Amino acid sequence: MSTQNVRERAPRPISTALYRHPRGRLASLLTLPMVWLVGVYILSLTIMLVTAFWMTDPFTSRVKPGFTLENFVQLLTVPAYSMTALRTLGIALAVTLICAAFAIPLAVFMSQVAGPKLRAVLAILVTLPLWAGYLVKIIGMRLVWTENGFFNWALEPLGIHGPGLGVLTVIFTLVYLWFPYMAIPVYSAISQIPANLFDASSDLGARGYRTIRTVVTPLLLPSLIAGSVFTFSLSLGDFIAAMYVGGSTQMIGSIIAQNINLNPPLAAAFSFVPIVLVIVYLAAVRRTGALNNL
Amino acid sequence: MLRLNRGTKIILGIITLVVLGFMYIPMFVIISNSFNSGRVSGWPIAGFSLEWWEKALINPAVHAAVLNSVIVASVATAFALVLGTLAAFALQRFKFFGQHTVNLLIVLPITLPGIVTGVALSNTYYQVLKPMGINVGYWGMIIAHATFCVVMVFNNVIARLRRMNPNLEEASADLGAGIGQTFRLVTFPQFRPAFIAGGLLAFALSFDEIVVTIFTAPPGVETLPLWIMNQMARPNEVNQVNVVATVMILLSLIPVYFSQRAQRTSDAR
Repeated sequence: MSTQNVRERAPRPISTALYRHPRGRLASLLTLPMVWLVGVYILSLTIMLVTAFWMTDPFTSRVKPGFTLENFVQLLTVPAYSMTALRTLGIALAVTLICAAFAIPLAVFMSQVAGPKLRAVLAILVTLPLWAGYLVKIIGMRLVWTENGFFNWALEPLGIHGPGLGVLTVIFTLVYLWFPYMAIPVYSAISQIPANLFDASSDLGARGYRTIRTVVTPLLLPSLIAGSVFTFSLSLGDFIAAMYVGGSTQMIGSIIAQNINLNPPLAAAFSFVPIVLVIVYLAAVRRTGALNNL
Repeated sequence: MLRLNRGTKIILGIITLVVLGFMYIPMFVIISNSFNSGRVSGWPIAGFSLEWWEKALINPAVHAAVLNSVIVASVATAFALVLGTLAAFALQRFKFFGQHTVNLLIVLPITLPGIVTGVALSNTYYQVLKPMGINVGYWGMIIAHATFCVVMVFNNVIARLRRMNPNLEEASADLGAGIGQTFRLVTFPQFRPAFIAGGLLAFALSFDEIVVTIFTAPPGVETLPLWIMNQMARPNEVNQVNVVATVMILLSLIPVYFSQRAQRTSDAR
């Protein structure tokens, strides 16, 4: 009979239970990631927050639990510390502006001037440094900007002497490191602008520059902001660049790294500077609504 | 098409060349210096020699560092694959209270500066766990890497899940497959490319990581980036670093090639 072909269904208690209880399904999915992220990461951040209010005994250099605002007071009143915080903020903003200033013309060239072949090659050339190792790029910058480096050699006949290792080189290096994070979203945004907007602009009498300024740039704003989140927050926390190409330049990260063993509470207090700045920046960006388009 | 006059086009071309020069001259100088016969890196190089290639390629410290990097990146990626996929399913398939918080929690380790993650974890390892008699050792570094790698897998997998047809799973269940069988035969094959892509990104991120590693690596253990850093402190041996850096530049062609090929197949569709 035909019933012979129907196989007896094996009971599947676990599958059945999970199917009947969506909450159970959710819990079984979410437990492991949450235990990891809360148990490892959030717990560590919290402990660090608490440590920032502790003291280091100046004689035994052992950490004493307690409650003091001394570390935060130092951060604000010791001129070297507050200057470093301001310098780091300035560097991060400069890096973001330079990245944006070069990403727009590059994107315009790639999408509007270059033919399809050249465009594909440029797309590869812009993304390749993204994969080429963080330290590799820092070493490269160190090699080309030092006293006996490539740029001093190349610019010598013109009578130009490079800046040597210092704040400016740190800015250049951070631009080098994070530029693709700005260039890629800006390029993909400009490729999506409908061509008839350009026609409309030129029909209304705007020339190339004016169209770039008044039509293209506002349309690129969300992608510029998205890119700036990376360039800004990645620059803010960096200290390796300052270490290798900065000469005596210090950034927030340098102070944290120096104090992590000597004075952990001060290092912990200093860690809150980039966290607060990133949160303020994200909140400011959120108000523009650009993050919804990501 | 944006109408630009000749002058503007030329200026845009020059800016593009400047950007490319800025990006590629440092790499070119690194590659040249790996063949430098002198002890000191610089430009122009003193002469041609394979001395540094020979030294770097037989250097046991380099071998150990590569091995450590591969181990840490592989194990961290394995953890990240499990955690990131679970989290992606939870957030895509369910609406629940605190969903945005969970999302933020996953993204946070990559959003906050590496030094914050590094300092927070090293503080926990050495100030809290060590006095309690727990020595995290090698695992401390792996746990740290896995934490910031989760987001790579999560982003890729959730993007794929959003475009998947949930009816296929219902059909599979109607035909009598249990959850495990459905996952193996129906669900997983659909998001496998995203799973692999996320894993590769996580591996690359971990392999290249330096800041968190500085603070969480156990004493005496070097990953490849840590070896490079330590080697930079020995000025007479710095050209060995250029050899390793050259190899890393060449290796970066592999992911570029694959992403380009993936791009072309998706364009063709």
